[in-house]
Amino acid sequence: MSDYSLTHLEELEAEAIYIIREVFAQFDNPAILFSGGKDSIVVAHLARKAFWPAKIPFPLVHIDTGHNFPETMEFRDNLIKEMGANLIVGSVQQSIDEGAVIEETGMNASRNALQTTTLLDTIEFNNFDACMGGARRDEEKARAKERFFSHRDDFGQWDPKNQRPELWNLFNGKKRMGEHFRVFPISNWTEMDVWQYILQENIAIPELYFAKERNVIWRNGSWLPVSEFITLKDTDEPQIKMVRFRTLGDITITGGQESDANTLEKIIQEVASSRQTERGNREDDKRSESSMEDRKRQGYF
Amino acid sequence: MENNFDTQGYLDMELLRFTTAGSVDDGKSTLIGRLLYDSKSIFEDQVQQVEQSSKKKGLEHVDLSLFTDGLKDEREQGITIDVAYRYFATPKRKFIIADTPGHVQYTRNMVTGASTANLALILVDARNGVIEQTKRHTFIASLLQIPHIFVCINKMDLVDYSQLAYDKVVKEYTDFAAKLSVKDVRFVPMSALHGDNVVSRGDKMSWYEGGTLLHNLETVHISSDHNLRDCRFPVQTVIRPHSDQYHDFRGYAGRVAGGIFKKGDSVVALPSGLESRIDAIHTMTGELEEAFPPQSVTITLEHDIDISRGDVLVRSENRPEGQQDLDVMLCWLNAKPPRPRAKYVIKHTTAEARAMITDIQYKMDINTLHRIQGDKAIKMNDIARVKLRSTKPLFADYYTVNRVTGSIILVDEATNETVAAGMVR
Ligand SMILES: Nc1nc2c(ncn2[C@@H]2O[C@H](COP(=O)(O)OP(=O)(O)O)[C@@H](O)[C@H]2O)c(=O)[nH]1
Repeated sequence: MSDYSLTHLEELEAEAIYIIREVFAQFDNPAILFSGGKDSIVVAHLARKAFWPAKIPFPLVHIDTGHNFPETMEFRDNLIKEMGANLIVGSVQQSIDEGAVIEETGMNASRNALQTTTLLDTIEFNNFDACMGGARRDEEKARAKERFFSHRDDFGQWDPKNQRPELWNLFNGKKRMGEHFRVFPISNWTEMDVWQYILQENIAIPELYFAKERNVIWRNGSWLPVSEFITLKDTDEPQIKMVRFRTLGDITITGGQESDANTLEKIIQEVASSRQTERGNREDDKRSESSMEDRKRQGYF
Repeated sequence: MENNFDTQGYLDMELLRFTTAGSVDDGKSTLIGRLLYDSKSIFEDQVQQVEQSSKKKGLEHVDLSLFTDGLKDEREQGITIDVAYRYFATPKRKFIIADTPGHVQYTRNMVTGASTANLALILVDARNGVIEQTKRHTFIASLLQIPHIFVCINKMDLVDYSQLAYDKVVKEYTDFAAKLSVKDVRFVPMSALHGDNVVSRGDKMSWYEGGTLLHNLETVHISSDHNLRDCRFPVQTVIRPHSDQYHDFRGYAGRVAGGIFKKGDSVVALPSGLESRIDAIHTMTGELEEAFPPQSVTITLEHDIDISRGDVLVRSENRPEGQQDLDVMLCWLNAKPPRPRAKYVIKHTTAEARAMITDIQYKMDINTLHRIQGDKAIKMNDIARVKLRSTKPLFADYYTVNRVTGSIILVDEATNETVAAGMVR
């Protein structure tokens, strides 16, 4: 490699920082959607790099389903404190209490679908005109065509047929009143890129990503953590297993896998030899082949 | 774990962005599916999904083209509608594919996919040879200044893997491409369906002396694709921490668009023409001695001069000219044709102004490469040589010299849509 070439991680980082700075420059009131998962942690890290030595000039927004892994919340609060950033919480519980949404009931009930309403309400209430997220195009088919700057109508909806063409590095953030954008600075990263970057940059991530003995039940092909939010059937047999999570979502639907990967290096080895996509263990995506796309149209991400 | 993944090797990899073009049924989806499948970039759950779908369609083999199937609409209509991005990595490189479908909106999609590509794969059906679409794809690739073109001569199994058939296509293509400026053209005979010469060689074409497609993708030299000569640093935003520790810090944040900026270099800010020297090049992990494309950095200067978004830092002996009248090759991307005398927002690097199309010199017939002189009605997917008048000078370079500082887009103020992409001549 010549002296004047970048590694692919350096190039992806430069691209993401460029995009985050464009968001700051082109919008009046941007925010980062922070789920507490590794992808949004990486976005927050990149935002920090983009504006250093100044602080991140926009708030982090967390849509709280109320069904969280306790570790995620603790991690979130520590990170916010360390970065000196503002945190804004949109509460799904509040949307339920106010009657804006109706909670699902039954064995496989989840608050995942309800997040969309809370998210859109939070965006509207705070007048955010651009929300950055950690979604990647490699995650799921429906995301492969997503733009860096994704335009949403005033109902927050995404129209896959009516997206603005994106050329070179010229991003068009122009919009009418009431419309907003979702922006995905790490669109071009893969799961492996994210892990390698976390290792390279020594970024702290929640314990849940590392294998540990956990109390779990076997349901729909993965190990679901036993928690106060989950309804146990008579046939469910809680047991202690060495388990880690590849994605962190709502605790009621995020399945773990058996693993002995308790360091970043071991996780990378595991991801490299894994034959399942990371979303493969999420109940929400299993419901139908197009489920992600349907939720996306409604404004889920 | 048996086969240990090489972490250090991964950290040293380069990134190659390529786009794919071919007319319908040349085998583009099958080829991409084959690249992903044979390089083991497809996960088991995806393979299962595709196996199920293949069975449903009554096929005996796994239909590799289904791996690149996109949105629901397309699944229902059986067509692809836009640019889709795919990712794969081998131990040597990481790849981003901008997959553009070949149908009505083709030019618009390919121009979009090609704008960020280092390389284009152009598919040709060995039975049909160079056809109109092949010429069109090659023209767009050369117009967008993609430095490398790999011509994939596919379906060799249907011409008995014959060297004669291959040589004929190579000759046709070479004759035609001589008219265009493409730096690096290579040919690979292959069968995407059976896998010959995609990832592994196979034993059917021993007469072919070049490497497989993947081998070529892994080894093509790309680090000189950036302009390292003409220093250009478009300012995105100004960083002012307002903290005690960095009280007087005033940094210019941006991404190097050309050349190599060094600490201590004397620089000029345009349009003001004010001069200063680079005090430091900052990143969160430490200062750099020099910065080059496409790095994102923050530059501080020795003097406190007034600089804001849209300005560009250059070297005093190498300045782009501020132009209000731009000579542009324009690709129209929108269903609504340009309105006469209408003003558009023009975006050039981080600068923005308003602009009007003042003259349409000619349209390109992208199949024959002839100029169409009489017809001045620009429609979607048209490529035309035009004159633009901007409300303020833009410090643009020729697109052939720098793809970042030589490109513009037009935005319709009424709809906010990106309606055109232009390359400065
Ligand atoms: N015999 C043969 N058929 C091929 C080859 N590559 C693709 N095909 C077939 O050509 C048809 C069109 O392929 P597809 O990949 O969908 O083409 P696309 O429209 O360019 O994406 C399908 O029936 C493929 O199975 C090849 O190398 N040899």
